[in-house]
Amino acid sequence: MNEEVRLMKGNEAIAETAIRCGADGYFGYPITPQSEVMETLMALKPWETTGMVVLQAESEVAAINMVYGGAASGKKVMTSSSSPGVSLKQEGISYIAGAELPCLIVNVMRGGPGLGTIQPSQADYFQAVKGGGHGDYRLIVLAPASVQEMADLTALGFDLAFKYRNPVMLLADGVIGQMMEKVVLPAQQPRRTDEEVVAQCPWATTGKTKDRKPNIITSLELVPDKQEENNIRFQAKYKKMEENEVRYETFMCDDAEYLIVAFGSAARISQKAVEEARKEGIKVGLLRPVTLFPFPKKPLAELSKQVKGILVVEMNAGQMIEDVKLATNCSVKTEHFGRMGGIVPSPDEITEALKTKIM
Amino acid sequence: MKIKGTLVVDKDRCKGCGLCEVACPSDVIGLSKEVNKKGYRFAYMVNEDNCIGCASCGLVCPDGCITVYKVKLS
Amino acid sequence: MANNEIVKPENLVYKKPTIMNDNPMHYCPGCGHGVVHKLVAEVIEEMGLQDKAIGIAPVGCAVFIYNYLDIDWQEAAHGRAPALATAVKRLNPNKLVFTYQGDGDLAAIGTAETIHACNRGENIAIIFINNGIYGMTGGQMAPTTLEGMKTATCPYGRDVKLNGYPLNITDLVVKLRGTCYVTRQSVHKAAAVRKAKAAIRKAFENSMNGKGTSFVEIVSTCSSGWKLSPVQANKWMEENMFPAYPIGDLKDIDTLV
Repeated sequence: MNEEVRLMKGNEAIAETAIRCGADGYFGYPITPQSEVMETLMALKPWETTGMVVLQAESEVAAINMVYGGAASGKKVMTSSSSPGVSLKQEGISYIAGAELPCLIVNVMRGGPGLGTIQPSQADYFQAVKGGGHGDYRLIVLAPASVQEMADLTALGFDLAFKYRNPVMLLADGVIGQMMEKVVLPAQQPRRTDEEVVAQCPWATTGKTKDRKPNIITSLELVPDKQEENNIRFQAKYKKMEENEVRYETFMCDDAEYLIVAFGSAARISQKAVEEARKEGIKVGLLRPVTLFPFPKKPLAELSKQVKGILVVEMNAGQMIEDVKLATNCSVKTEHFGRMGGIVPSPDEITEALKTKIM
Repeated sequence: MKIKGTLVVDKDRCKGCGLCEVACPSDVIGLSKEVNKKGYRFAYMVNEDNCIGCASCGLVCPDGCITVYKVKLS
Repeated sequence: MANNEIVKPENLVYKKPTIMNDNPMHYCPGCGHGVVHKLVAEVIEEMGLQDKAIGIAPVGCAVFIYNYLDIDWQEAAHGRAPALATAVKRLNPNKLVFTYQGDGDLAAIGTAETIHACNRGENIAIIFINNGIYGMTGGQMAPTTLEGMKTATCPYGRDVKLNGYPLNITDLVVKLRGTCYVTRQSVHKAAAVRKAKAAIRKAFENSMNGKGTSFVEIVSTCSSGWKLSPVQANKWMEENMFPAYPIGDLKDIDTLV
């Protein structure tokens, strides 16, 4: 398959891209609003073309533990779910982080808490960015704002997962998952051969050959000194991510006197709000983090010296605003505007909030 | 034809559970009076001559401490 | 003939398999885990599958099995071993993939993973050690704890009104069409050890031949948890565990048992 331009849903783009970037396995459980990921894979039957395994698991818990097993054998594996399902997966994600394994986890967020709503939300920011499960660990968190980014960040997510031997979360929301847009899908990459897996992942459980010791994938270490060593190693890795993997976009920031910070679908709407406000002569710009961890601290700190106020727009009660305040050291007036419960804010509401909250 | 067996016990690996003693059909094995470096009484042959090398002791030993040999004597 | 004349390689009849390394095992004296570990190692060695074997370790006493058998291991979250094994085998169909789990891991917290892996007929072997108690956490009630049996969390004996009935999960998986071989064995006597080894071998062969899920229960003891000597524990097992969990093959699609 060559590079191809298609019109499709964000969820479908994830499935198409996973096959095209040579993924070995997908393990999932149906949940709205992301069921199209597995549905698309099942319809495309990649096991007949690339050999990719696709399996509907009996539960979210089983699905993430299948990902754990597959990743431990060096395979390029993923799962996808939505908020309540991702809560169930946290045990497995913690083990995967503790065992330092690469994998891609997609969360197409819906409103919570509890069963909440199937409508879009960004209320899992804390869960995704601050760890989620037990123990000191971090995921690389990628926040797509378009169907194209659903594709691009799926491919990037796998690359970063293997680069750092760390789980990567694609944190989308129901809007991005369900909307249809033009997308350029990448050309088909072949899946790695067994020999290539062994070469790329000498740590993986591929069967103990005579030339090496057994490979043991575990997150267990009862000796405190050694477990602290493990933790120090993890933290060093997270620091490297912060140094090397920050990704963000700015819009009309050059002369900005005010700044909106938003990610995912909230950023798309905020961009419209910026355009509207500019028409009224308000010099406002937008910073959109693409990586939520690592968070774009430096560009925010820089912009905070330039602007008179920051409005953080999120589809939640105010979560990313904490990281914005930490990045700017609260050096500038920073307020939050959000809608919750599955409500998507309108550009007008955002412009209004800009005027009333920070101007 | 007579069969003669014998055992070698890795006495520092032995935990003195005594399961080999019970498994032995010829009452060959007992537990020592002295203890090994972990503080366990360990298995040893109290009745060497009776060993037929059947390996029952080795099979039931949870810690893999017992190696069994046998020869046929004509 | 003196003993030192007999101790020669050509006269060797039994030794610890080489896949079992020399690390001292952390198990209590007389624990059945050690025997089953040896059998797993022997079968892998005899089948020449050391470079193809991927074991999935549980949470429970056998959590450190990976320190004792020199093959590749994955250490699962509690109860999730069959989910890991499912993915490993599907992604690596030419490998020998097996789980090694206790009763709490397999029949309580991991019931769903167990049932569904068996029901899908994953080409894996599940080795299930049933001693009716949680050993590692200090002897609490397990799903398989017998009626009236005392543990740290049923100190007056398991009361079915309070705790429900002992769960015979092996009988349950027999009914699932994905299982090809279901058997219950023990390792308390030399003859039983030989039979248990044959069962593990058959299970591993089934995995390699893609016949479906093989489920090997080993009824075992926990002398520390049961507060008995290893020898007394074996006797107690014969008298109390075997009536509830009878030894023998429950299903074999090759012979239509």
